[in-house]
Amino acid sequence: MSNTISTPGKAFEYAPAPESRSAVDIASSYGLFIDGKFAEAADGATLKTVNPATEEVLAEVAVGGEADVDRAVKAARKAFRTWSALPGSERAKYLFRIARLIQEHGRELAVLETLDNGKPIRESRDVDIPLVAAHFFHYAGWADKLAHAGFGPDPKPLGVAGQVIPWNFPMLMLAWKIAPALAAGNTVVLKPAETTPLTALRFAEICVEAGLPAGVVNIVTGAGETGRSVVAHPDVDKVAFTGSTAVGKEILRTTAGTGKKLTLELGGKAANIVYDDAALDSAVEGIVNGIFFNQGQVCCAGSRLLVQESVADEVLHMLTRRLGTLRLGDPLDKNTDVGAINSAAQLDRITRLVASGDDEGAERWTAPCEIPAKGFWFPPTVFTGVTQAHRIAREEIFGPVLSVLTFRTPAEAVEKANNTPYGLSAGVWTEKGAKALWTAQRLRAGVVWTNTFNRFDPASPFGGFKESGFGREGGRHGLEAYLNV
Amino acid sequence: MSETRLAVNKTYKLYIGGAFPRSESGRVYAVTDTKDRPLANAPRGTRKDARDAVVAARKAYPGWSGATAFNRGQVLYRVAEMLEGRREQFADEVSAAEGVGRNKALASVDAAVDRWVWYAGWTDKLAQVAGGANPVAGPYANWTTPEATGVVAVLAPRKSSLLGLTSVLAPVVATGNTAVVLASEQAPLPALAFAEVLAVSDVPGGVVNLLSGPLAEVAPWLAAHQDVNAIDLAGASHTAGVASVRDLEIAAADNLKRVLRPEAKEPDWTADPGVGRMLAFTEARTVWHPTGN
Repeated sequence: MSNTISTPGKAFEYAPAPESRSAVDIASSYGLFIDGKFAEAADGATLKTVNPATEEVLAEVAVGGEADVDRAVKAARKAFRTWSALPGSERAKYLFRIARLIQEHGRELAVLETLDNGKPIRESRDVDIPLVAAHFFHYAGWADKLAHAGFGPDPKPLGVAGQVIPWNFPMLMLAWKIAPALAAGNTVVLKPAETTPLTALRFAEICVEAGLPAGVVNIVTGAGETGRSVVAHPDVDKVAFTGSTAVGKEILRTTAGTGKKLTLELGGKAANIVYDDAALDSAVEGIVNGIFFNQGQVCCAGSRLLVQESVADEVLHMLTRRLGTLRLGDPLDKNTDVGAINSAAQLDRITRLVASGDDEGAERWTAPCEIPAKGFWFPPTVFTGVTQAHRIAREEIFGPVLSVLTFRTPAEAVEKANNTPYGLSAGVWTEKGAKALWTAQRLRAGVVWTNTFNRFDPASPFGGFKESGFGREGGRHGLEAYLNV
Repeated sequence: MSETRLAVNKTYKLYIGGAFPRSESGRVYAVTDTKDRPLANAPRGTRKDARDAVVAARKAYPGWSGATAFNRGQVLYRVAEMLEGRREQFADEVSAAEGVGRNKALASVDAAVDRWVWYAGWTDKLAQVAGGANPVAGPYANWTTPEATGVVAVLAPRKSSLLGLTSVLAPVVATGNTAVVLASEQAPLPALAFAEVLAVSDVPGGVVNLLSGPLAEVAPWLAAHQDVNAIDLAGASHTAGVASVRDLEIAAADNLKRVLRPEAKEPDWTADPGVGRMLAFTEARTVWHPTGN
């Protein structure tokens, strides 16, 4: 198929349109947020968080140890007594306040997220932060309606929730964890990702600004060891984790026999199925959004394109043409489509998996874009001639790398789509409604996007089948994870 | 019964893929009543029997999960009908197995029949209760439905041999899962006899597979099996060991099995079961579709 791939010239030139960094004020160092106050780690340990687009150090952040986690859990336990006893309508008002403050600080939070994560400002401004506010707004409304949620007349909170979140959507994942937990009457100890702690720490300040009682939200920054301490703490009643399947399994083994309630949102290797009767222009936009949104660092990314053989050449031609127009570069530039990879470690993982694609005989196409001299970058990449046995078709790459496979019949598409241990999401493109729903019914995935991709909403449950984890986040279903039902 | 006639004893067998094989071990174990008097031999199921049962359950899964909810309801109702017709037989089985008086055993059989009827009625209602339309902020139709998890291993409760078994099995198959059940090690005979009810109830072969055998030998294989999607630990041990809740949870972690943990003590199975056991073995699937013209 390589002879069908063309690389167009640049369609448009854009002048730089950078968002101003002056919207944020980053301190040189941050402590742990425990019991309503910031404090250094007991052993004084710190880590540095960098801007992945420039490798500039943004701030020094405390690394919570076991003693710090214990202090945070104790604070959360103490706060649980009063927080869970508050009338739901009062808890609701705190959450509404937080939602409003997030909206007020929206621009600042978007810039901060982009600086710490490397994602384009267009995404943090238009997707992440608005969804964060919407999520708090949604769950605020649930806090005084738990008796009507279908979990019995008087569902109870679980207690202290230990929450560990990833770096790909730092603040959105925080919202997915904290909003339902607090609405249901739990208190939380949240561990942000090692490489993206800044918006969580800014959120801690927002909690103070909102007058949230001390200890209801505790933010303990750190790396893997800090997360392990949170998960293993004997006084944590609930563990919620978003991250890799390997760590999810480790958490299951750690918590076995303890009775801790779990929600795990893990890896994915989503199929994006394009039938020959799809509206191909829309489908190509959907493919691009599916795998290049957030540089492909999305657990539900459409990383396997399954395209019907009869339109494969045409779709590939259109796709590479479109990818040639993507602008990679300064994440703060409002015209940037593809930002930086979050860390050197992640870039290394992507690079290694892409090398395995070359080694195993797939054909690689790379978008013609300039890579900035500093920072962590990977150009949009498409592999053709991929078989189901290739590592790039089986393993989660978590980067802007698309593997293209073909199929002939709908049954074959479904079989190939489901041929993975994962089951987080999937996409279907066809103009025939009956075929779209027939396919959706057969896909073993928690979220199926038909004729769209990567849509999220606080009212819409999100979560996986099979090894992509269990439990749902969003809507009424997301409440269940934080209630004793 | 005539004094001179010798009774014809039944050979209890496993139930796998709609057939009644002996254990591949070629071995049995003696089942006694609660006063240690011999009742009969039960097949000593093994790892290989468990694997065969999982294969049968996987094979039956597409058809059963793809059947209409109404159809599954009819089949489950048929189970109730067939059990009702054998209530005298099962009262004897339960009385002997559990060491309870005949009236109590009969009440337990009746409760089991009624429970099959209850779950028969749930098959086409759960999606409305547990799913729904999601009002997203955009031009999309968005809805969530509960879908079957897949092949579910069930460690049946230790004491309640028929009502307990029914209470853990019916919710699993009501939603479209297929099941591999390990009967109570101490009281397996009512479960093995119940397979004969299933065999005449329009339940497709492989939808329910029943094994008997030592918990400590079979349960760890089911918990670790890579093609089992979920496990109900109702009959697991609360003390340390290979069949303990903790060890089975660790074994189940390898392929992210959904695990339903047991209560500290075997519950009163006559209580209102609620929808919890059905929801434990369903996955919420959300579908997005644009709206427009």
